[in-house]
Order: sequence, then C-alpha cells, then structure tokens
Amino acid sequence: MDTALLIEKSILVLLLFLVSLGAAAYMTYFERKLAAWIQDRVGPDRAGPFGILQPIADGVKMFLKEDFIPAKADKWLFIIGPGIAMFTALITSAVVPWGPKLHLFGRDIALQVADINIGILYVFGVLSVGVYGIMIGGWASNNKYSLYGAIRASSQMISYELAMGVSAITIVLLSGSLSLNDIVTQQSGVWNVFYQPVAFFIFFVCALAELNRAPFDLPECESELVGGYHTEYSSMKLGLYLFAEYTSMFVSSAIMAILFFGGYNFPGMSHFSGNTLAIIGIAAFAIKIFIFIFVIMWIRWTIPRFRFDQLMHLGWKTLLPLSLINLLITGLVIAFKNGWF
Amino acid sequence: MSLQIISIILGSLTLASALMVVLSKHPIRSVIYLVVTFFFITSMYIMMNAQFLAIVNMIVYAGAIMVLFLFVLMLLNLNKEMEPMNAKGAQIAAFIAGGSLFLVLITALKDTLILGQTYRQQDNSIGLVKELGNLLFTKYVVAFELTSILFIAAMVGAILLAKREKQIIE
Repeated sequence: MDTALLIEKSILVLLLFLVSLGAAAYMTYFERKLAAWIQDRVGPDRAGPFGILQPIADGVKMFLKEDFIPAKADKWLFIIGPGIAMFTALITSAVVPWGPKLHLFGRDIALQVADINIGILYVFGVLSVGVYGIMIGGWASNNKYSLYGAIRASSQMISYELAMGVSAITIVLLSGSLSLNDIVTQQSGVWNVFYQPVAFFIFFVCALAELNRAPFDLPECESELVGGYHTEYSSMKLGLYLFAEYTSMFVSSAIMAILFFGGYNFPGMSHFSGNTLAIIGIAAFAIKIFIFIFVIMWIRWTIPRFRFDQLMHLGWKTLLPLSLINLLITGLVIAFKNGWF
Repeated sequence: MSLQIISIILGSLTLASALMVVLSKHPIRSVIYLVVTFFFITSMYIMMNAQFLAIVNMIVYAGAIMVLFLFVLMLLNLNKEMEPMNAKGAQIAAFIAGGSLFLVLITALKDTLILGQTYRQQDNSIGLVKELGNLLFTKYVVAFELTSILFIAAMVGAILLAKREKQIIE
C-alpha cells in the first residue's frame, strides 16, 4: 500500500465526515429559516447574527440533555439503533465523486474515497441496510408508537427501494457502467435528466420516501404516532436520528445530482483545466446539491402528508409499473440504436 | 501475508457471530447476529475481489431477507414465557440431524481445500461485474433465464396468495 495514497484517502475521509456533519447541522438551520420564510415568520434569530449559531446551540443542548433509557427497553439495541442510522447515513458518501482530479504536491488526487466499479449498487446496499437503524431503535423502545413508526418506516423504505432501483437501472443501461465515476464522466455533454426525465421523477419521489421526508413522513406522523420511531429517544441519541436524516438528505441529493444532473459537470467545462476546473467543478456540484436540498425542503413545507395506504398504492401500483415501462422502452431504444432489429 | 491475517480474523469473527446466532436466547438478537454474519461473509467476498457478489450478498441477504425476518419476529414479540418446551425426542433428533450435517460439511471441506489452491491460479478479476455478466449471458444463459422464470413464478404465486386472502375478507 502506497503511504501517500493512504494519507490522502484518510484526509479525504476525515474531510468528508466533517463536511457531511457540518452540512447536516446547517441544513437544520436552513430548514427552519426556509420554513419561517414560507410561513411568513422570522425563524431563529437570537444566537449570533441572523441566528447563524443556532445549530451549535442546538448541538450543545442535545449533548447536555438527560439521556433517558426506558425501563423495559432492550438497552443494548436501544443504544446501537441511532448509531446504525448515523453510520449508514455517513458511509454512502465514500463512493461519491466530489469533483474532477485535483493536482496538489505533484500528485493527482481523485476526489472520491473509493472508485469501486459497483458504486451504484453500493449506494443501494447501504440504503437497504439503513432500514435497520430505524427498525431496531423503534422496536427496542418497547413502545407501540415507536414500533408502528418503525414498521411504517421500514415497509415504506422497502417498497420504494424497488422503483428507485429500477429507475437507476435505466441510467446504468444508458451509461453501461455501475461506477459512479463513469456515470459522471459520460455526462460531460448532455445530462442524463434530458434523456430520462421519467426516471428522474420516479427517483426523486422515491428518494423523498426513502428519506422519510414530507409528504411521505408517515413514520414520524405527529398526529397519529406522537414522534414515530424516536418517541422514546432523548438527548444525543435523538440528535443522531435527526442528524442521520439530514445527512442522508445531503448524500441522496448528491446521488441524484450524480445520476441525473451530471455530477460535477457544468456547461462550458472545456474552457477550464487543472485545478481551476476541479474547484469550479466542486462548486457546481455543491450548487446542485444545494438546489436539491432546497427543493426537498420546499416540498416539505408546501405539500400535506399522504395517507399510508395512498403511499403504498403510489409506490407499488404507480411508480413501480411506470419505472418498469420506462426501463423497457429505454432498453428497446438502446437495442434499436445498436442495430439489434 | 497481511491479507492472510485479515482473512483469519474475518473467518473467526464470522464463526463467532454465527455461533452467537444459535447461542443467543433472544430471537431478535439472533437475527441481528445473523445480519452481522452476513456482513462478515460480504467482507470475505471483498477479500476475494468478488465485488459484485459481495454487494449482492449485502443487498439481498443482509438487506432484504433479514429485514423480513426481523419484521416477523418483531410483530410476533416472542418472549421466554411463550417459548415452547422442547421434547426429549425432538432434542435427540435435532442432535442426530445436526451431527450428520456437520459430518457432510467436514467431508465437503476436505475437497474445498484442494479447490482453494486451483482458485488462486485463476484470474483475479473473475468476481468483477463485467466478467460475471459476460459469463452469465453467454455460457450460462439458459440457467440464468430459467432461474429468472422461477423467480417470476414465485413472485406471481406470492401476489396470488396475498390477493386471495383479501377476497375472503371482502
């Protein structure tokens, strides 16, 4: 193992960890400000100028609160539940290509922790494991509302994973590779969203459902389930669950930007080269992620919640057949283009 | 050499967590240990550079199937009072069946040691998705398609079963 490579990757991992956590923290602030703006309020404005220190105050509060474990809870599982949720939210970012190669200290540094040739499958693998954090936490609480929340969350995540996977397969068909890096480099001309608007729409709706965000936030539906799967959680364990939600929102925005909006590609890319290209590329990618986060929050504060049976109908009877038809048509067009008929 | 040490550590961890599946008294914890076992098996596939197999193992077994197991167990809410008492006859039968399975596995293991040597001489990229895809869609295409038909039959069957129940309720 090359020592320089090891150091380089370690720094990148640490940086990604900090950026994901920082982004998640400031997304809570952004969400509150945005909600305030949409509802014609002021929002948090006490801590620092424009309330900019609010996430830090929230974090300190989370740490200082009493850490309470219910008497009849399964202690061990109650503790590892939020840990799993946070872990799975963080490790997805390992396969995300954050920008073009950076040239520093006489080395070409790839801004991607692991360029594995099954990147997109890795994302789905982590996604399917992410269910455990919520399920274990909800069950271990020994509370009926938590259990209902956990069951809702996991059945919703399993259902929407299918349509999401099928719409991702159409992208794989287009690019002929499972590696996220290849998918991004192939979009340097035209972004995938122009070829696959239907797949993008399905993927976006499914991502909302996977994230348990409104209008699909039934797992934490206050009017029915108190607080959903984290009803019994307090202190930093609750903080980890909330943080995990925002981190996965950040990472899934990145994945959507990669699959459909060209990742770090931007119009007029050929005029730049070297480090300038890398920095503008990272900035373009960050802007795309920011726009996705904004849209997801905007939807939350605009659209009311679905009913649970409506949610299941939408997933199984509308999105899944639609994505399958889309896949079939894409396959036929590609076969026709390759001269198979 | 370090690779060998890692695989020994992984192997013993796999065995330990697999043992915990059986030894753990609590059904939910057993399932969680089984998930952990699947993760160790996934990491072993990665050690053999079989990335595709590793990730499919993770998605299908650790992700999908075990979630269903967990689902069922959580809804059953098993506890010690509800646990059925094991009859002596069943215990003896289980011991004999387990023992013979163990014997079969040991015999199989004897052959795999030789197979393991031939594996090393082969191409290291065999587990990558490109090679696997090429093999599945050329040499093994009939088996592959037949398996997919089997899966579709199972899926249609499951949907049919679920539907019939609904009609009875109505």
